[in-house]
Amino acid sequence: MRLRREPNIADPDALYAALMEAHRGLDEEASRRLDAKLVLLLANHIGDEAVLREALHLARGTIPGQDKAPATD
Amino acid sequence: MTAWAPPRYAHRVQPHRGGVEEARVAIVGGGLVGLTAALDLARRGVASVLLDEDDTVSAGSRAICFSQRTLEIMGRLGIGPRFLKKGITWNRGRVFFRDREAYSFDLLPESGHEYPAFVNLQQYYAEQWLVEECEVSGLVDLRWRSRVAGVAPREDGAVLEVETPSGPYRLHAEWVLACDGVRSQVRRALDLPFTGQVFDDRFLIADVRMRADFPTERWFWFDPPFHPGQSVLLHKQPDDIWRIDFQLGRDADGEAEREPERVRARVAAMLGKAVPFDLEWVSVYTFRCRRLERFRHGRVLFLGDAAHQVSPFGARGGNGGVQDADNLGWKLAMVLRGEAPERLLDSFDAERVPAADENILHSSRATDFITPKGAACRAYRDAVLELAHDLPLARPFVNSGRLSRPAVLRGSPLNGPDEAPRAAPPGTACPDAPIRRDGQPDWLLRQFGGGFTLLAREAHPVRMEGLRVVELRDSPRPGALHDHSGLAAARLGLAPGECALLRPDQHIAARFATTAPDPILAALRKAVMA
Ligand SMILES: Cc1cc2nc3c(=O)[nH]c(=O)nc-3n(C[C@H](O)[C@H](O)[C@H](O)COP(=O)(O)OP(=O)(O)OC[C@H]3O[C@@H](n4cnc5c(N)ncnc54)[C@H](O)[C@@H]3O)c2cc1C
Repeated sequence: MRLRREPNIADPDALYAALMEAHRGLDEEASRRLDAKLVLLLANHIGDEAVLREALHLARGTIPGQDKAPATD
Repeated sequence: MTAWAPPRYAHRVQPHRGGVEEARVAIVGGGLVGLTAALDLARRGVASVLLDEDDTVSAGSRAICFSQRTLEIMGRLGIGPRFLKKGITWNRGRVFFRDREAYSFDLLPESGHEYPAFVNLQQYYAEQWLVEECEVSGLVDLRWRSRVAGVAPREDGAVLEVETPSGPYRLHAEWVLACDGVRSQVRRALDLPFTGQVFDDRFLIADVRMRADFPTERWFWFDPPFHPGQSVLLHKQPDDIWRIDFQLGRDADGEAEREPERVRARVAAMLGKAVPFDLEWVSVYTFRCRRLERFRHGRVLFLGDAAHQVSPFGARGGNGGVQDADNLGWKLAMVLRGEAPERLLDSFDAERVPAADENILHSSRATDFITPKGAACRAYRDAVLELAHDLPLARPFVNSGRLSRPAVLRGSPLNGPDEAPRAAPPGTACPDAPIRRDGQPDWLLRQFGGGFTLLAREAHPVRMEGLRVVELRDSPRPGALHDHSGLAAARLGLAPGECALLRPDQHIAARFATTAPDPILAALRKAVMA
């Protein structure tokens, strides 16, 4: 399986709002932990290593000034 | 309980006949690995000269977790039962985060092995027993207070400059095993780079003697209230001694942290005021994960910490080094007897370098988890630990040290075919299993002797030169091993009529669908690079 690249969320505004809501009132560190937990929970749900590595690669590559993603293998 | 006192071994004055003394094998360093190598060679009838700069065993307990594979190797060398008798067997680990237990885990010990997954034992006991056996063997010339100061490699070996209280001398050895630890003088003399990753965190080891009713478990705390922001490990040893390992962070002052009063205060904060204890051994350390590029340099071979260094998390230093000795002993013995070409020793590199890399990888990852660098690393680490309490899915991410497992020598040039791939591929250390022999219960790994073995299930192979045949039978039969539980066949992946070729270090070299001799003899030749 490849990482899905087309939109797949029925109500993106609602999801976005839910993400923002989840972070409300958290300090910087707690926010980071929350995001990390989300990543870990979703990664475990997906389970497919190739998809996860593709997502990692894509995420890192879209950070400005980081046009080259680090080697993933 | 009488306290253990380090043995002092006498320095014997070497007769000086002038000129250069000759030896076939010299072992530099009589630590855990050098002594194991010396005893392994002695068991194969090979004499060696062992040079150690000190006159005693390991100062402090150091390596305390001995893995099943190490215990099996010690079993092969004849001292396994001593580890079982004195050592402490443990099966449970507990992980704490801040002020509560996150979860506990079981090593899930598989039954039907002579040795458990781990026993805890002070390194000095292991070394003391090895010294005793080396002495009894009559084949190890143990030379204490003999420091190797210089090494001049030659085509036909190396000349060692040895410094002793009774004066210096020179020793030419055909083969030199450098087992002189992490600060290896041999490595320096050969000017070999020892490179890898440096970790900045300092750690404090306090071995304390106390009567405590903590269970026999491995306890690991992340960020506990009694030592905020750092990690702590508690592990039991024999003689009412407990290993406590405190992470101190990067800015700690090593000298000040060694002060007994300071150490006492840390331990008291952890145990509570009511628990009396004595300090046995204190050590402050930092570590690196690194190795030599190659372990064989002509006639000089590097083993143990002299060849590779890992962090203590995962108990991979001592256990990895013992496996180096296990790997080298039979090869060197065969080369010395002219039964295999010298290039067989290249396979020491081909097999042990990847094994060292595996240890370095696991040990570096554990260190990264335990000592997160930067805010993102800490966020992930703490996220995992917060989730682990309620969600088993997070627990596999918790890394307080991935405990040593025997290396599988997958890509080894000595491996032959696997005609019936099922379990335990070539390159795997042969798993143990209970068997019966003439009705008496025994263990599979005790049945192989010192050479190559062909283990055949429900078959009667023809005699083949250089090979001892052991028959595994599903029902009792005179002279054969009775696999009464079926575990031996299952763990080795042998169906009736199939057989496995086992090396002198009990690793599986190849597996065959039949006992036809030609492919077996070809694999035997390959396994010694003939
Ligand atoms: C605090 C701590 C905890 C550890 N815990 C574990 C654990 O739980 N499990 C595990 O598997 N490993 C553990 N280790 C690692 C383990 O102790 C080492 O990996 C192991 O001792 C390596 O054995 P070695 O024989 O290669 O080296 P060493 O044991 O260091 O022996 C080297 C020997 O060489 C001698 N020598 C040095 N230079 C010379 C010279 N120039 N001439 C002659 N002789 C010389 C020394 O006297 C010494 O006897 C731990 C280490 C430390 C420091």
